[in-house]
Amino acid sequence: MSFNITKETAWCPGCGNLSIRQALKKALDELDLSTDDLLVSAGIGQAGKLPQFIDVNAFAGLHGRALPVAIGMKLSNHKMKVLVSGGDGDSLGEGGNHLIHAIRRNIDIVQLVHDNQVYGLTKGQASPTTPQGQKAAMSYTGSRPYPMHPLTLALTMGAGFVARGFAGDIEGLKEIIKEALKFRGYAIIDILQPCPSWNKINTFQWYKERVKPLGDDYDPTDFNKAYELSLKWEDEIPTGILYKKERPIYEENFSFINGDALVDRKLDPKDAQVLIDDLR
Amino acid sequence: MDYNILIAGAAGQGMDTVVANLNKVLQRSGYHLWTNADYKSRVRGGHNFFQIRFSEDEITSHKDELDMIFALNKESIDYHIDRLKKEKSIAIIDESIEGYEDDNRVKKYPMNEKSKQIGNPKLLSSIGLGIIMKFFGLNLDIAKDIIAEKFKDEILEMNKKALDYGYSLEDSIYKLEKIDWDNILINGNQAVALGAVAAGCKFYCGYPMTPSSGVLDYMFRASEKLDIAVEQVEDEVAALNMALGASFTGVRAMTGSSGGGIALMQEAISLQGVTETPIVLINVMRPAPATGLPTYTEQSDLRFMMHAGHGEFPRYITAPRNAQDAFDKTVKSFDIAEKYQLISMILSDQYLADVDTTLDPFNLDEITINRYLANPDDYKKGEYKRYEITENGISPRLIPAHANGNFVMADSDEHNELGRIDESADNRVKMVDKRAKKFELLKEDVEEPWEYGAEDFDILAVCFGSIHGNLKEAIDILNDEGMKIKGLSFGDIYPLPTGKLSKYQKKAHKFVVVEQNHDEQFESLIRQQLLIKPDKSIRKYDGRQMSRDFLVEKLKEI
Repeated sequence: MSFNITKETAWCPGCGNLSIRQALKKALDELDLSTDDLLVSAGIGQAGKLPQFIDVNAFAGLHGRALPVAIGMKLSNHKMKVLVSGGDGDSLGEGGNHLIHAIRRNIDIVQLVHDNQVYGLTKGQASPTTPQGQKAAMSYTGSRPYPMHPLTLALTMGAGFVARGFAGDIEGLKEIIKEALKFRGYAIIDILQPCPSWNKINTFQWYKERVKPLGDDYDPTDFNKAYELSLKWEDEIPTGILYKKERPIYEENFSFINGDALVDRKLDPKDAQVLIDDLR
Repeated sequence: MDYNILIAGAAGQGMDTVVANLNKVLQRSGYHLWTNADYKSRVRGGHNFFQIRFSEDEITSHKDELDMIFALNKESIDYHIDRLKKEKSIAIIDESIEGYEDDNRVKKYPMNEKSKQIGNPKLLSSIGLGIIMKFFGLNLDIAKDIIAEKFKDEILEMNKKALDYGYSLEDSIYKLEKIDWDNILINGNQAVALGAVAAGCKFYCGYPMTPSSGVLDYMFRASEKLDIAVEQVEDEVAALNMALGASFTGVRAMTGSSGGGIALMQEAISLQGVTETPIVLINVMRPAPATGLPTYTEQSDLRFMMHAGHGEFPRYITAPRNAQDAFDKTVKSFDIAEKYQLISMILSDQYLADVDTTLDPFNLDEITINRYLANPDDYKKGEYKRYEITENGISPRLIPAHANGNFVMADSDEHNELGRIDESADNRVKMVDKRAKKFELLKEDVEEPWEYGAEDFDILAVCFGSIHGNLKEAIDILNDEGMKIKGLSFGDIYPLPTGKLSKYQKKAHKFVVVEQNHDEQFESLIRQQLLIKPDKSIRKYDGRQMSRDFLVEKLKEI
């Protein structure tokens, strides 16, 4: 079993999304998953286009709204793996409130944040992760607000799987995605990627000089260390699984968790009789 | 027989308990019941009231004249005393309330003091219940049984004492016998939720918002007994997206809110349109704009629901006329949503949501669930197209992991048959036409309005939704007095079924549209669809549902 990817894409040559798709495909294939094992929820933007170019069950919805869709998916069929795909604007800007509350739930899904510090599809505006002062379309004197640190936010909200990947390290990213898919609970991967068309600062070369994979001796259960590394940016940017700790997942709050997926239940109007009797 | 009790006071004084227990007493006594609420958006204080009307016969409206008032503060009696019948009536107030010495209908008792004496100020509600039961000559044991279902030991004994004390205070003016009728006690919100459960809804989510919260709350209660995923979401933007995610994955899903919450869902309403993911949405209307009157009623979101969401796509809108209809139309909404892969909108309102009625228990044997799914075996791997162009516009629907190895893709971009982005002009036209075709088919499935009143008529009065019961009683009264009025009450409202309306409108000397809003929204729809202009409109937009008595006066003026 192997996931089919399309020959053509709508991404620019050198786009980090191409490498991310490759890492994802490898991860899915190496985990021996099939079409029937996976649901993808995607937003809008260049990253949101991911399911256009790989054959998966997918709901390609609205900008910023991929997380609520993913939660609806997971609760309806908790036997399937659910993956969210979106860019930094999609996941952190338009979808910011959903992000906070998805983490609070600790529902068993994987969120990929394709993070290039710029809006691609709308042509180069500043995103929530654009460094303060960095020039962008519509931010001609430099981006005004302080940038968001998505992984710091995720850690402080209580996320159990917090990782940073780099689109230029396909093997490393693949391994992170595999671990995230195996993790029981909410997992976020902030994937650093160059945008050759719109981000002339954080280029492939810029990343290459700074990205440094975590060593084998790194302890991913050390929250304070993970917090510290989540903020590191300027000279050295650590990649890998910064934090990993399982806790009870959201689905365990629901009565269906020990049975068939809700989608596989037989529907019977007479189930409502017990409620009618209560109204007598 | 036809009696009307008003229970009024400030929020937090315990009225809810009296009303809940009295409703239950009247239900178990086998009476038809119509209890409506008038409350303010606050947890303490203010002036709130409930009107509990009951009869041996079916009743479908609140009315103005009162047989009894149980008032917990001075404001409450001052405000309503003019509506109390001159004879065979009573108003009960605490002895601490000043005034009314000369009105022999008003009785003062030391209820607050006695409650504390028995053991708890909250016992006032049981004293009140005792007085009401005695006045109507109802069997006190029924009340004691109901209290015993809620409390035990010391609290139960104290409540029984309070009931006995209340029962000892008055003479029985009536002697009401128990009627043998197996019935259920339910309000509009509960009826919608129960309809959803009966229709096989496995996913419901929402954000608390009055007056729609009752649906969400009931679904949570239901999920304690049945395997249903019910979720309180971070905002209404999440709500509809989440429900769409659930439906895409293959379960029957629903969400709901009131006006402001629905406004936040509009982006996803449009998403429903392009992805053709079946969904049911309820709007329990309240007066707007913006926060408006959060706990009151209005029919002012009709136009909004007809147009909610950007772009063009089909939708079904139904406005339930009573609790039974709310149940039936919720079941139908799920069927329509999956049959045509569109959004079914249920347009309820605060009045219907909060009216408690007694009904024959819902008959679940009459419900069949059809999912309208394609057969996965008809599609070899690589052959399935989620948005296949078909003659009638309805594409074969399969669900993920139940598609014979095929992947299923829904897309908010304009897409090709496979579900992938396609921005070509040719494809765009095909897809718009495909979606639009479903609306034409839907017209075959909308139900003509309920018809009542005079066969041979001068006046045709038309309404939609929860006004039905109020209008019907008004027309019955006026026809008894010699007027000739026919009524039409629309439930299914969009696409508008026009058969009966165009037929009867031609025969009427006067054609009047009745609606609970300012802008003549229903009238506008009729004018748009039939190119006819009503002779008169009866409208009310003060947040309080028009009563049958209001309608009697207004119809007489025509």
